[in-house]
Amino acid sequence: MSKRIEIKDLNVYYGNFLAVEGVSMVMEPRTVTAFIGPSGCGKSTLIRTLNRMHEVIPGARVDGEVLVDGNDLYGAGVDPVKVRREVGMVFQRPNPFPTMSIRENVLAGVKLNNTRMSKSDADDLVEKSLKGANLWKEVKDRLDKPGSGISGGQQQRLCIARAIAVQPEVILMDEPCSALDPISTLAIEDLIEELKEKYTIVIVTHNMQQASRVSDKTAFFNIAGTGMPGKLIEYNDTATIFSNPSVQATEDYVSGKFG
Amino acid sequence: MSQIATASTANYYASNRLPSYAVGLLLVIAFVLSWGGFSFLRPEGAEDGVNLPLVGVVTALVFGVLQYVTSLIVEGSRRAIDRTVTLLVTLAFVLAMIPLLSLLYTVVSLGAERFDYDFFNYSMRNVVGEGGGAAHAMAGTFIMTALATLISVPVGLLTSIYLVEYSAGNRLARSITFFVDVMTGIPSIVAGLFAYSLFSLILGPGTRVGIAGAAALSVLMIPIVVRSSEEMLRLVPNELREASYALGVPKWLTIVKVVLPTALAGITTGVMLAIARVMGETAPLLIAAGFSNNFNFNPFSDRMQSLPNFVYYSYVAQGSVPEAYLDRAWAGALTLILIVMALNLGARLVTNIFAPKYGR
Repeated sequence: MSKRIEIKDLNVYYGNFLAVEGVSMVMEPRTVTAFIGPSGCGKSTLIRTLNRMHEVIPGARVDGEVLVDGNDLYGAGVDPVKVRREVGMVFQRPNPFPTMSIRENVLAGVKLNNTRMSKSDADDLVEKSLKGANLWKEVKDRLDKPGSGISGGQQQRLCIARAIAVQPEVILMDEPCSALDPISTLAIEDLIEELKEKYTIVIVTHNMQQASRVSDKTAFFNIAGTGMPGKLIEYNDTATIFSNPSVQATEDYVSGKFG
Repeated sequence: MSQIATASTANYYASNRLPSYAVGLLLVIAFVLSWGGFSFLRPEGAEDGVNLPLVGVVTALVFGVLQYVTSLIVEGSRRAIDRTVTLLVTLAFVLAMIPLLSLLYTVVSLGAERFDYDFFNYSMRNVVGEGGGAAHAMAGTFIMTALATLISVPVGLLTSIYLVEYSAGNRLARSITFFVDVMTGIPSIVAGLFAYSLFSLILGPGTRVGIAGAAALSVLMIPIVVRSSEEMLRLVPNELREASYALGVPKWLTIVKVVLPTALAGITTGVMLAIARVMGETAPLLIAAGFSNNFNFNPFSDRMQSLPNFVYYSYVAQGSVPEAYLDRAWAGALTLILIVMALNLGARLVTNIFAPKYGR
């Protein structure tokens, strides 16, 4: 479980527009990497290239390499579906499937792929995933209620449970707490701490305290101006980025002087 | 003392309002004025009574003017205009309801005569005068509509899935959308001629069969189904598709298991409404399926009767006892209205059953 991600000289495009330019970085297994930076600097765009969700948007493309344990995600003949089974994703807004119950939502990754599973295996997986997402106690008596009927924070943890139920190697989180209250945020941060034991985690966040609390390494992105490509400015241990960054722009951003 | 003084101080935000009984009073005054006016103006020795609809129109006019003036004096111009516009909107609604209710009343009162057991159990075989029924026409309508649905729903639904999920707005998609819009405007008789000539080419000239009627109906139905399901599929949030992709679900399974179930309520409603819409078509069936006095449950041979054509023929070819034919025509019209109404109610029910639930 858990794999190493290496990005080599990656350019990301929307049509002819270069959104992110020349990113190279390495994320070690069982670490949490935070992407920070002002809006529009390409953090979300970059994280979506790590499981080939980027190309879901018409006209979007990539050049460069993303290696997961040495396998290029953008190599010839790579099946994006297979990639996404190994690299799970949690989105900014909780998005449980409205037609499914809580239980069905957790099993969605398995059931939607037409995989057969005995009821007891399914029950075990539901319990394990919901416990993994710290949600089991809250919903165990109403697993058959609609997944969209629980609170926002619970929905987001349900989405995390859904993501870990397919047993990925890597979990990508695109601002998972931006729509949540502080208590739910805390629950999810604790969860990230636990998930770190098993998975490689990449998280995009606008909350610098959150980046400093949960991540081992932090990458700061910035853009020179509107219409310019986003660039990786600095990538280092979180402690270094927040206390002693080597680039002035990073220091200005983390200390709140701009952004 | 001070409390009372405070309470009686005029509220800055409050202004004079017409009491609610004033409106009723004005209405009564307007009615009395116009009724009295017409009675007074009635020529000496006229045989007709006062023309009630005319009184109604004049009452509305007088009431509008009275209300505007009173409200202008008491409440100010903004409220006066508000009341007048509200009155206009209400009148427009009433005006729109009059033909509808009148039609319903006429059909129900005249159709009830033959809305009986025989009507639903007998065909017109060997019936020249009274008796007989429209069972053969109902059977034909159901068979042809069901076949048309069977043809149109897969074609229409798959087209809309292509448009929304796969096309990404390419040239083909834009031309499909354009031609679907054009098809929506095809006169129904042209659809009938198309189906007739199609089956004439295949099965020989003069062929009139149920399946040809179904083909004509599906020409009319496909564009409606494409349009409505396209709208419904577009309403499915992209987040759900992305959530499914991120779980490693292939695109086709995402469409089948996430997008379609989420949009199911809307799609079903659209299909039901499309069925209701084509069920009342007369001209295309007249040309493509012909008409018949007999039961025919086989859509692949011989002519097939339908309810609209039953009504039409009962009216144009009144036999030796015209009364009986006219009664059957009205009963047929009533049946058709009831079926369409049942379909619409069914569509609402389906929406409630299949709509994604958000209860806790």
